[in-house]
Order: sequence, then structure tokens, then C-alpha cells
Amino acid sequence: MNETLIQGAYIVAGLLFILALAGLSKHETAVMGNKYGIVGMSIALAATLWLATKSAGFDALLIIAIAMAIGAAIGIALARKVEMTGMPELIAMLHSFVGIAAVLVGWNSSYETAAYPAIHDVEVFVGVFIGAVTFTGSIVAYLKLSAKMKSAPLVLPARHAINFGIIVVFFAMTIVYVFVPHDQVFLRQLLLGIMTVLALFLGWHLVASIGGGDMPVVVSMLNSYSGWAAAAAGFLLNNDLLIITGALVGSSGAYLSYIMCKAMNRSFISVIAGGFGSDGAVVGEAKDYGEHRETSAIEVAEALKNAHDVIITPGYGMATAQAQYAVADLTSKLRARGVNVRFGIHPVAGRLPGHMNVLLAEAKVPYDIVLEMDEINEDFPSTDVVLVIGANDTVNPAAQDDPTSPIAGMPVLEVWKAAEVVVFKRSMNTGYAGVQNPLFFKDNSAMLFGDAKERVEDIVKAL
Amino acid sequence: MLIGIPRESRAGETRAAATPKTVDQLLKLGYAVTVESGAGAKASFDDDAYAAAGATIGDAASVWGADIVAKINAPSDAEIAMLRPGAIIVSLMAPGLNPDLVSALASRGVTAMAMDAVPRISRAQALDVLSSMANIAGYRAVLEAAHNFGSFFTGQVTAAGKVPPAKVFISGAGVAGLAAIGTANSLGAIVRATDVRPEVAEQVESMGAEFVKPDVAEGEVSSDGYAKEMGADYAAAAARMYAEQCKDVDIVVTTALIPGRPAPRLITADMVASMKSGSVIVDMAAAAGGNVEGSVADQMVVTDNGVKIIGYTDLPGRLPTQASQLYGTNIVNLMKLVTPGKDGQAVLDWDDVIVRGMTVAKAGEVTWPPPPVQVSAAPAAGGAGAPASVVKAPKPPPDPKKRLMWMVGAALLFLLLSNASPSPFLGHFMVFMLSVVIGYYVIGNVHHALHTPLMSVTNAISGIIVVGALLQIGHDNKLLITGIAFFGALVASINVFGGFTVTGRMLQMFKREDAVR
Repeated sequence: MNETLIQGAYIVAGLLFILALAGLSKHETAVMGNKYGIVGMSIALAATLWLATKSAGFDALLIIAIAMAIGAAIGIALARKVEMTGMPELIAMLHSFVGIAAVLVGWNSSYETAAYPAIHDVEVFVGVFIGAVTFTGSIVAYLKLSAKMKSAPLVLPARHAINFGIIVVFFAMTIVYVFVPHDQVFLRQLLLGIMTVLALFLGWHLVASIGGGDMPVVVSMLNSYSGWAAAAAGFLLNNDLLIITGALVGSSGAYLSYIMCKAMNRSFISVIAGGFGSDGAVVGEAKDYGEHRETSAIEVAEALKNAHDVIITPGYGMATAQAQYAVADLTSKLRARGVNVRFGIHPVAGRLPGHMNVLLAEAKVPYDIVLEMDEINEDFPSTDVVLVIGANDTVNPAAQDDPTSPIAGMPVLEVWKAAEVVVFKRSMNTGYAGVQNPLFFKDNSAMLFGDAKERVEDIVKAL
Repeated sequence: MLIGIPRESRAGETRAAATPKTVDQLLKLGYAVTVESGAGAKASFDDDAYAAAGATIGDAASVWGADIVAKINAPSDAEIAMLRPGAIIVSLMAPGLNPDLVSALASRGVTAMAMDAVPRISRAQALDVLSSMANIAGYRAVLEAAHNFGSFFTGQVTAAGKVPPAKVFISGAGVAGLAAIGTANSLGAIVRATDVRPEVAEQVESMGAEFVKPDVAEGEVSSDGYAKEMGADYAAAAARMYAEQCKDVDIVVTTALIPGRPAPRLITADMVASMKSGSVIVDMAAAAGGNVEGSVADQMVVTDNGVKIIGYTDLPGRLPTQASQLYGTNIVNLMKLVTPGKDGQAVLDWDDVIVRGMTVAKAGEVTWPPPPVQVSAAPAAGGAGAPASVVKAPKPPPDPKKRLMWMVGAALLFLLLSNASPSPFLGHFMVFMLSVVIGYYVIGNVHHALHTPLMSVTNAISGIIVVGALLQIGHDNKLLITGIAFFGALVASINVFGGFTVTGRMLQMFKREDAVR
């Protein structure tokens, strides 16, 4: 066997990865897509293992086997036990692993001698930089999502200047690094070290200055970064498979973030730059919205009994209350009575793109009654009852009515057009955007306070 | 402080400004309440019931001498003379139509609060008697019509033949109109309604009526939540619509009122003449001159062609028990507003738009009309139409020349760079570019529900970086490098295995409906 076989294996693996991504875009083909990914990965690993054994001997194979066995054990254990509500945290954490791996690979290859040292030096710098940003960024995202860190945006003075400054310094240091002779090992390591620290800080700062409510975009943005990190490592190692895979992940992640941004009416650039949208300003508090009306589980059950069309719009609150099973139970009870129950999902509901869908799927809600905002928004006027479960900003009419609102222009679910709206909420506090929600004070909306899961269970009982 | 509830002196008034229930609530706010003997008799509340609720029963002098007097109708001159200077009087006053009353109250030195001058903002709804009374009036108007109508409202197929349902046309979809729609609808009639404010179509439909509108594009939204008089074109189109409806329907209920002006004339004598014999018209605006030509306040007129025109102005009073309860609750809500301490001490906060708007006389001065209150009700109710002004104007498309220059610049820069680059790099770069494009297109049509699994699978795939670490293990036999690579391979493996496993787990959950059952 020779080198070209390895190359061939990598090409096959690359194609399988493309098929995997393509498969994942439809329900029918998704399971197959995941399998393509596994097969592709197996082929790539087998080829690499053979190559590593050939060049570094069986000792290396043993070391690799140990490393991968430990990694596999941890990874599978994590994946098995994770709660579906904890999915955002897990994914953020996984991103950080790609980031740190990219940093390590970059550092390692800085010791190698390359055919084209200048290009190689630039690649080392770029690879380590992206990897480090991904690493700390993902760690912060993980901490925020798992509530181990305050989710409010960190607002440093001149934060944009800091971000921009670091990037400028990075460029300058890259040029210096290229021109420092290769025998000056200490100086080169110092430069690389300083740059790594700066990049780590940048990653931390970028995500720390983004509020918890914007996490769906952040997570998919970090996904994209982790791809670019892998692609940079590919350039570093002259490995086309890494380049292909990294670029695939990078561009698909970026496109996904772009979809998210459009859903929130935010500029893509300002997301990449970090600290977007949430300037920490809370406005409109002084305004008088009138009084909200409280209702009870029994009244809601009564309204649901008499309804023909019901739409449920869940938000992050459903995830925190673990209410998805209760909601699914309610749904099947109502459907058994002949009520047309559907779900309306805002693109940024939850803390992860598609978060709500995963939760509802876990609770066995059939996916063909789970619709996205654009599919269902026109149906609200003909709907009898809307249940807003733990959603706030995504159903805020101020986004349409109030040009001064911080969320003005963001597309929202137009729940207030329904005959009756019941809002499940723990208190009258504002949502992540810190904006008061006029929906709560509309004549056709009623508040049902308390833990979403308990309240939904009460309704099921009353039915 | 003491609240006095006098017996209404106006002829035909059946309501009282308090009921035993609301007396109890007023007491809870810290007030003492005295009720004039016989005040609630016509509303089925006798003195004993008030006394049992905790009120004292007094004569006219003790009631009118109270710190706060709450009643339904505006006080007569004799009653004003009984008021204690400095007292607060709360009642319906129609301050716009009765300047003499307002100045008489001012010169008596009392604080006068008009229950019918509550600003139309959401917070004030709890004390808006116009709404609560209009609700009752709308209900009663339909019942009066049904009472005088010779047929069923609902359609029936019986052994004795088929009964067609009555057709009801309701003009004005304010509180009264909506209540009338609901009542007529629940009796089984076919209901149509119109209003000069096109934005209420949704509310009309929600009550079960069909919304009809004049055949003209114009529609006006008033800034203060009330309807206002319309332009000439519109009026002509509206007249045509009314003429058409009158010919067709059995029952007409008109509710059009413009505050401080005579009621608009909507239905002419010709239109009435075109109606079927036995049809009934209820003119709820009869007190203000009437929407219908030929209607007489407080009477039912039968026209030559057998159409009954009902002009009762006491529709709420025909449900005295319920009307008293709602009016009394409005009074309680007002007292809640002005009694922040719940200590029986009324404090008028002049900065509160509700208090300011209602108070027509204070400390000898006339304070009517109040400064205008702009409420958001009108634009907000615009719903589907309004956002157009909110949504930012789309960005102008970038200047094509500028764009071309940028592209040429970027291409030149890239060519310059590639000139200095070694060929293997460019080969890799080609692969990179193509993959970026493929990634973009492959993801383009992703189903929204699959965002999370997609992300976790891309995550697993980007664990391919493990390949890099693997190749570095044992390389050059340097312990440090191997150590770092070992750690790198370990964490990347977590990604690979964890990512695929969790994706598989999630995908197992996504089931179609038939699969679930």
C-alpha cells in the first residue's frame, strides 16, 4: 500500500462528510446522514492510523489507542447521559474541545520544519489564534448556558476597541513571527505564547459580552469557528481532509448563524464582532402598560375544551421547567378530543438553534405538527387559544409596534392575534432582552403564573 | 372619610351607585359608607341588605353632607346646594354638553369627577362606566329588538315548516356594538356589523359577525380611541351601504355616538321606508339626537310601513341590578385609584392622567377640558397594517460600480498574494474554497427542526482534527510533542464519539405522527 491510497481514503471520507451534512437537512434522510458521517470518520481514522503506525511504529499506535479509548469513553458517556434540555451546554463544551485540539496541533507543528517556512509560520499563527478563540469562547458559552456564570452581558468600556486592537496586534505579531529567524527558539515561542494568551482573552471577551438570550447565534457561530480551526490545522499539516471538513463545517455553521441573525433582525457582522444587540439597556420600564389578568388552570382547561384550533408557542422556559413531557401529554389529550393542536417555534426560541424541536421530539410530539414561525404566523387570527409556555421576547408585539424598542423589527410570533392567549410565566419579569412585553397586558391575554410543568399538569388533570 | 350614596332623583332612573357587594369593598378601603334610604330599591337592593353589608342608612341631608358623594346622574341644582364645600362628587356629568353644571359645581367649591370623562387608556378600563354601561345597553338593545320582533332569531326546521334565521345589522363596533353582536349571535341570528374604524373588523369577526364596510378605500384611525366624523366621499359610500343593508335585514341596531356632538344620522327616512314590515330598529343614540331619522328618545315609534323604531335611552337601567353592580364596581375601582394608602383617605394625584382627565372642577375652578391624552390604542390596534411604518426601510442596493471595484480589488490582491505563494498552498486553497461553497449549498435547505442534530454532527465531524494530532504522536520521538498530541487526540476523540452518539440519540426521537401512534 502507498501514500495515494491514504489520499484516496481521505477523498472518500470527505465525500461521505458532504453526504452526511446533506442528509441532515431532511428528516427522512437524517439518520442515514449520521451513518455516512460515522463511516466517513471510520475510513479517515483507519487510514490515519495505518499512516501513523507506518511512520512512527507500533508504540505510537498503542499511545493513540489509549488516547482514543479514553476520549471515546468520555464522549460516549457524556452523550448517553445528557438531558435533552442540557443539549446546548454539551454542544458548547464539545466546541471547546475542537478549539483546544487546534491550539495543541498548532503549537506542535510550530516545532516542525517545513518546506515553505513563511507560509507555515502564518498557518501556525492563524490556526492557534482561531483555535484559542473557539476554546475560551466555547467555555464561556458553556458556563453561561449551564448557569455557572451570570448570563448578563459583560460590558467593558471600549470593548469594540479591545476586540479590534487584539486583531491588529495579531496581524502585526504574525508578520514579526514570520521574520524572526527559526533558530531564535525562545523568541518565537514567546511570540506564539503571547499571541495565544491574547486569543484566549479575545474568545472569552467576545462571548462574555453577549447576553444569554442570544446564545443560539453564539453556539452556531462557535460551531463555525471550530470548523475554521480545523481547516487552519489542515493547511498546517498539508492535509486536504482536514481542510475539506473544516471548510464544510465552517461555512455551514456560518450560514446557520446567518439564518439565526435574520430571524432576530441582527446584522451578521455585529454578531461575529461580538457583544451585539444587548447593550445592557433596559428601556420602556417607566411606561404604563395597564394591568395584566391572571387566570387559573381550570379556566384554561375550560377554554381548551371549547377550542377548535390551539397553537402552543414554547420558549426557553419550557426547557428550564422540563415541561416538554407534560406539554406532549396535554397535546395528545387535546388531539384525542379532536382539537387541532400545533406548535409554533420561533427560530431563536431556546438557547440553541432547534432547541425546542429536540425537546418536543424527546417527548414524542410528532414533528409534522411542529411548525416554524413563517409557516404558522398567518394562522393566529383563526386560532382560538394560544398557549405561550416560557416564551417572552419571541412573542413580544413591541417588536412590531414600538420602533423605539430594543427588539424593534425582530420577526415575532403574532400570538396576540388569536382570540385568547394564555401566558405561562413564573413572574412578571422581563425576558432576556430586558424588554417589557405589552402582550401580557392585552385584553385577550391572561397570565398563568407558576412552574410551567406543574401548571400544564394541572390543566391535564382538569381536562 | 365618609362616602354618601344618594337615592337617584331623576325620573325613571333605576340604578344605584353602590350595591351591598361594593359597599363591602369600599369599607375594606377604609371608608365609611352611608346610603340614603331606598337608594337601591329599584335595583332589588333593600336598605337591610346595605345595612348588613356594613353601611349606615341615612336621610338625604346626611348623605349629601358626606365627604365624598357617589351617584349615577349629575346632581340637580338643589342637590349641589346640599354639597359640603370641599367635598368630592362623583357621577356622570357629560361635561362637554353641560358647561353650566360644571361651573355650578366649581362655584360650590367642590371637586367634581365625571365618570364619563375617564381617559380611554388600558389602565383606566376598570373604572370606565361608558364601557360597562354600554356593554349592558348593547345586550339589552338586542333583547328589546327580539321582544318586539314577530319571529325567531334562530333558524329552525320544524314539522310545521322551515323558519329562516333573522338577519341583524349592527352599526358601530364599540363596546355596545360588540355586546349587541355577541347577544344577537348567541340567539342564533345572522349578524353583520360595520364601523368607521376598519381596524375593528377583527374584533367584529371574533364576536361572530360578518364585517361589512363602505366601498371606499379610505379609513380613518382616531388618536384618542373614539370614532370621529368622516369625510364626504366616505359618507356617500356609507349611505349606499346602509341603504343596501336596510333592505335586506330584519333588525338594525345603531350605536354611533361622537362625544360632545349630536349623533351622526346614519339611517334616513327613505331607508326606513325600504325595510320589511315588522322589522325593528333600535337607535341607541336616541338621547343624542338619534342615528335614525324618525326615532324619538325614550319611545317606540311605529312607522307607516310597520317598522318599529325603539329609542329607549335607559337601556342599562332596564337591567338595574347588574347595571348597579357594574357601576358600583367602577366606583370602587376609582376609589382604589385615589386611595393609595387603603386608609379611607382620598388623595387626588394631579399627575395621574386618569384623575386629571376625570376632574372637571376643583377648588372653585373649572378644570375641563383636560390636556389631551394621546393613547396608543389606535395605532396598536392597526395590527397587520401598522408594522409597515415600523419596519426599517430596506437598505438601498449597493452601487454596482462600487461593488465591481471592490471585487476587482480583492481579485488583484489575491493574485498578488498567490504570486508569492508556493504551489502546494494554492492547491490546498482550491480545495478550501470549493469546500466552503459546498458547505454553504449543502446546508441551504436544512429543516429548522434539524438545526440541533446538524450542529452536533458537524461538531463530530470537526473532531476530524484528531487526524492532525494522531500524525504528531511519536513524531520526531520528542516526549513533549507526543504528550501534547496525546492530549489533543484525547479531547478530539471525545468530540468524534460524543458527537455522533448524541446525534444518533436525537434522531431516534424525531418521529412522524404515524410512527408515534
